[in-house]
Amino acid sequence: MANSFLSLVRKDMLIEWRQKHTLFGVALYVGSTVFAIYMMAGQPEAKIWNALFWLTQLFVAVNSVAKSFLQEHPHRFRYYFTIVKPTTFLLAKMCYSIALMLIMSLVSLLLFSLLLGWPLEQGGLFVVITLVGSISLSAVFTFLSAIAARAHQNAALMAILGFPLVTPVLMILSNLALKAIAPVYQPGWWILALVLLALDLLIIILGAILFPFLWQE
Amino acid sequence: MPEKTFSTAITNFVDKALRQWWWKVICIACLAFTVVGGMLLPVPRLNILNETIRNLYYHVPMWITMMMLYTAGVVYSIIYLRTGKLKDDIYAYQLTVTGVMFSIFGMITGMEWAKYTWGQAWSNDPKQLGTALSMLVYFAYLVLRNGMKDEEKRAKISAVYNIFAFTLLIPLIWILPRMVDSLHPGNGGNPAFKSYDRDFSMTIVLYPAFIGWILLGFWIASICIRINMVRYRQENTYQFEIEKHN
Repeated sequence: MANSFLSLVRKDMLIEWRQKHTLFGVALYVGSTVFAIYMMAGQPEAKIWNALFWLTQLFVAVNSVAKSFLQEHPHRFRYYFTIVKPTTFLLAKMCYSIALMLIMSLVSLLLFSLLLGWPLEQGGLFVVITLVGSISLSAVFTFLSAIAARAHQNAALMAILGFPLVTPVLMILSNLALKAIAPVYQPGWWILALVLLALDLLIIILGAILFPFLWQE
Repeated sequence: MPEKTFSTAITNFVDKALRQWWWKVICIACLAFTVVGGMLLPVPRLNILNETIRNLYYHVPMWITMMMLYTAGVVYSIIYLRTGKLKDDIYAYQLTVTGVMFSIFGMITGMEWAKYTWGQAWSNDPKQLGTALSMLVYFAYLVLRNGMKDEEKRAKISAVYNIFAFTLLIPLIWILPRMVDSLHPGNGGNPAFKSYDRDFSMTIVLYPAFIGWILLGFWIASICIRINMVRYRQENTYQFEIEKHN
């Protein structure tokens, strides 16, 4: 299982590297979004900065993670079906999209700090929250893109399914991130962090349980 | 397999229970008592709330009924994934749709109540936000279902989404709003209704109201299920024969 998992992840990375247009397309998407925000908002105050950052993360997640299942040809799933276990396949896809999203969120954080300023008091903490946040966003959207791909639908369906589900996660994330922005100590942040971690775990376990049913024809 | 016999035992029990009439009599009796007793019996006099406290008999049971229907829908989604019978998918879908209907009723009664007690119908209360989110999630479920034509595939994918959404939503709408301040009773220094519950005349109406509305929800769902079962049998006579023989 570990073997096929690793080779699946490696295959996705290789495809991504060979078809550079998708990778750089997403990077360009991030860049132009941040630039558009900069043109409209300039250098906003910390709270608005935070909200804009998480909104950007949401749209980047939808656009980059959508590729994980929707870019594959439907007939190729039948081939995968014969050679790997469904859970392995889903976990490999999740791993790949988490890696992609981690890179993209670091890129967008860099661009934000360049263009929109750096209102953070605890930069290191904010980077950690960003990384945890991109894990949960990409895990949810990977599973939803599997649903959208099986339903023969486009990325719009994924957004419809995902936005309400992911809004509470975004609220937790932005509240956690506010702790990194404000200089004062705020009590109760570790409860939110635990809730977020538990939620990440729940998403991955649920995905692993439910994906085999989605996979069958 | 033991699981399969377990799920068929559940479905057989529910099928039998839905056909009986005694619970419908209880439902009508409870609701009649709720409407009459809810209007006439004395309630505690409280500032701001005044007589609007009688809305408690309508607003809270709506949410309880909605949660019961959603839970039943998820149970049927799980059973569908185990058995693969389209009948169970019809049950899951109709139960969930009835739940969506009750969530709309709960929202309307709540907004009406909020207008007279909090001053405006929408006041960004965490519970209102959580409810709005859960409504969006279930509307997305309806969109997902209506986008697919193939029955087997639609049943399977919507069952998977239903389980995924329900499991993610439950912690979010039951736990998170309790961690922040809310205008609802029992949060942020507001007195809970528990303290008024001691009032005998309210308790005596509230519990029949719960039973009556929950039974009404399942009654409506059972009628929707029967209509759709008839439609399904008419449209798939051949397939139904096969399922009967299995």
